[in-house]
Amino acid sequence: MTTVYVPGDASAVAVGADEVAAAFAELVDVTVVRTGSRGLLWAEPLVELEVDGVRLGFANVEPGEVGSVLDGSLERLEGRFLGVVDDHPWLAPQRRVTAARVGVVDPASIADYEAHGGWSGLRRALGLSPAEVVAEVTESGLRGRGGAGFPAGVKWKTVLETPAEQKFVACNFDEGDSGTFADRMVVEGDPFTLVEGMTIAAHAVGATEGYVYVRSEYPHAIAALRRAIEAAYTHGFLGDDVAGSGMRFDLHVRVGAGAYICGEESSMLESLEGKRGEVRAKPPIPAIAGLFGQPTAVNNVLTLCTVPMILADGGAAYAELGTGRSRGTQLFQLAGNVARGGLVELPFGVTLRELLEDYAGGTRTGRPIRAVQVGGPLGAYLSPEQFDLPMDYEAFAEAGAMVGHGGIVVFDDSVDMARMARFAMEFCSLESCGKCTPCRVGSVRGVETLDRIIAGDDVAANLVLLDDLCETMTKGSLCAMGGLTPMPVQSAIRHFPEDFDRSPATPEGAVR
Amino acid sequence: MSTPTSSPATAERAALVRAVAEQHREVRGPLLPVLHELISEFGYVDPADVPVVADVLNLSAAEVHGVVSFYHDFRTTPPPPHVVALCRGEACQAVGAQALYDDARASDRLGEAEVQQVFCLGNCALGPSGLVDGALHGRLSPERLAELTRGWGG
Repeated sequence: MTTVYVPGDASAVAVGADEVAAAFAELVDVTVVRTGSRGLLWAEPLVELEVDGVRLGFANVEPGEVGSVLDGSLERLEGRFLGVVDDHPWLAPQRRVTAARVGVVDPASIADYEAHGGWSGLRRALGLSPAEVVAEVTESGLRGRGGAGFPAGVKWKTVLETPAEQKFVACNFDEGDSGTFADRMVVEGDPFTLVEGMTIAAHAVGATEGYVYVRSEYPHAIAALRRAIEAAYTHGFLGDDVAGSGMRFDLHVRVGAGAYICGEESSMLESLEGKRGEVRAKPPIPAIAGLFGQPTAVNNVLTLCTVPMILADGGAAYAELGTGRSRGTQLFQLAGNVARGGLVELPFGVTLRELLEDYAGGTRTGRPIRAVQVGGPLGAYLSPEQFDLPMDYEAFAEAGAMVGHGGIVVFDDSVDMARMARFAMEFCSLESCGKCTPCRVGSVRGVETLDRIIAGDDVAANLVLLDDLCETMTKGSLCAMGGLTPMPVQSAIRHFPEDFDRSPATPEGAVR
Repeated sequence: MSTPTSSPATAERAALVRAVAEQHREVRGPLLPVLHELISEFGYVDPADVPVVADVLNLSAAEVHGVVSFYHDFRTTPPPPHVVALCRGEACQAVGAQALYDDARASDRLGEAEVQQVFCLGNCALGPSGLVDGALHGRLSPERLAELTRGWGG
């Protein structure tokens, strides 16, 4: 009996992995295991063949090629045979902590999870007091991976020390930023880690109920998570006696409905309560008055998925990785116009250039990289002169940019940065919740002003106006949506001024 | 918002809507789960469903309508025979998504299909991405899209 591993990850499925898996399933003496993706998305569908206990990889396999994977003839094709996947030069130098099991284990198998170190963090946590668990997370230096980078231990301590009859843990799985997909990949490939992380969080803050708010655009992840939660109940890792400890914890999945703003934590809480996803004014912070007004630990998927490893191996071990006040690893997502896109987990401190050259391998089109947007649609555009910046929250902030959720979107030299600046405003105008005026109205005025600039209409005066508008949005908006939309706009103007220097005669300047 | 009429079909639908809402009444914040189930059951939320849901969940019709109108997923008209949703997020734009979207919007090859814009399907390394009748596809090109939608034009 031969075992082959074919990813069931949404990205792999988007380029034909289901058809490849079906072709293998038709063969006799072949067992097909659907895993997550290893993160080498450029090689998907990436099929792994188990030979003498090691897994050999084959890139970009098509359904008609399954026979040549098995008989070895595909090994002779240039670029298609990846060798031992664990030793592949794209994967081996990575430091997989949060994504250690992704692509390796069968996400549907709770036994496989346990065999790969699953539940050891929870078991240790249950032997500690809540305050001791919080101290361990604080020591690790773990900061919120959703983008804001707030210290997780500090947040948990606040929830723990706020007295209440009912507390909640809420996982923000509304990963709506273009260029980010790490939350999705981790949950699809290793959903039990999120269940374990949330259960540890519940113990640490004294919550008995948890909610995962997942965007509706992620049906594969929703299915994987629901299956994992059901198995966790069956095996006693959720419910009224978690792992025999007497702790009670119930975990629910709630699906979003296509609103980007619900990735903002207070909008997410409103949405979970069944309301319009409008942001709340702060204070009070959710740690004190969150879901249904109760103290709530709201954390991103990757933050929670890192907690089991921190508890299993100790906060000190995690804190050894990284640089400055950015401790541990980050899951970088190489996206857009890249030759080799995918998931790269490395300690903080790696430079943008290393990620772009060593991993992304330049652009897919083969043209020079002109601009890179880091941290999602609200992140800054960076020019090649800035590629030596280390991936570090503080270093990026100092450069007027943000690490955010670790998404890196690459553009080649055909990009029109004035159009991208306009798009940032357009996106904000479409997705603003509408609660505050600087965001709701400012973004519409921003689109109009950029249209005039693109048309070459009184450019200098309109750039001054735009700058003034950006300042109003930055300082006057209730949340990061309106507050950070100026970041891509102003960074585009700062680093690519030539794209804004339009003359009225340019036919390209016609407004659509 | 239109006023509900009392044709037999409407009465039948109202009973089904009531049953769906009642199923979720006991959970915390039940409105989104109820609306999602109406979408999966009927393909859209009819304005006439709003007062029924409001009644079961003890909300005002305005509150329910406000939620329906806030979220992109809750359409209020029957769905078209086919839907193509193309990503216009930055990562997909970096590999030609805008041209793909403009081309699909202008095309009459897609017949009665609705061409929607979406912002990120989480497939940002293998764009341009899109959903063709709900199925995710990566590395889309006008040619590949034509292949996936063959026969839709009539």
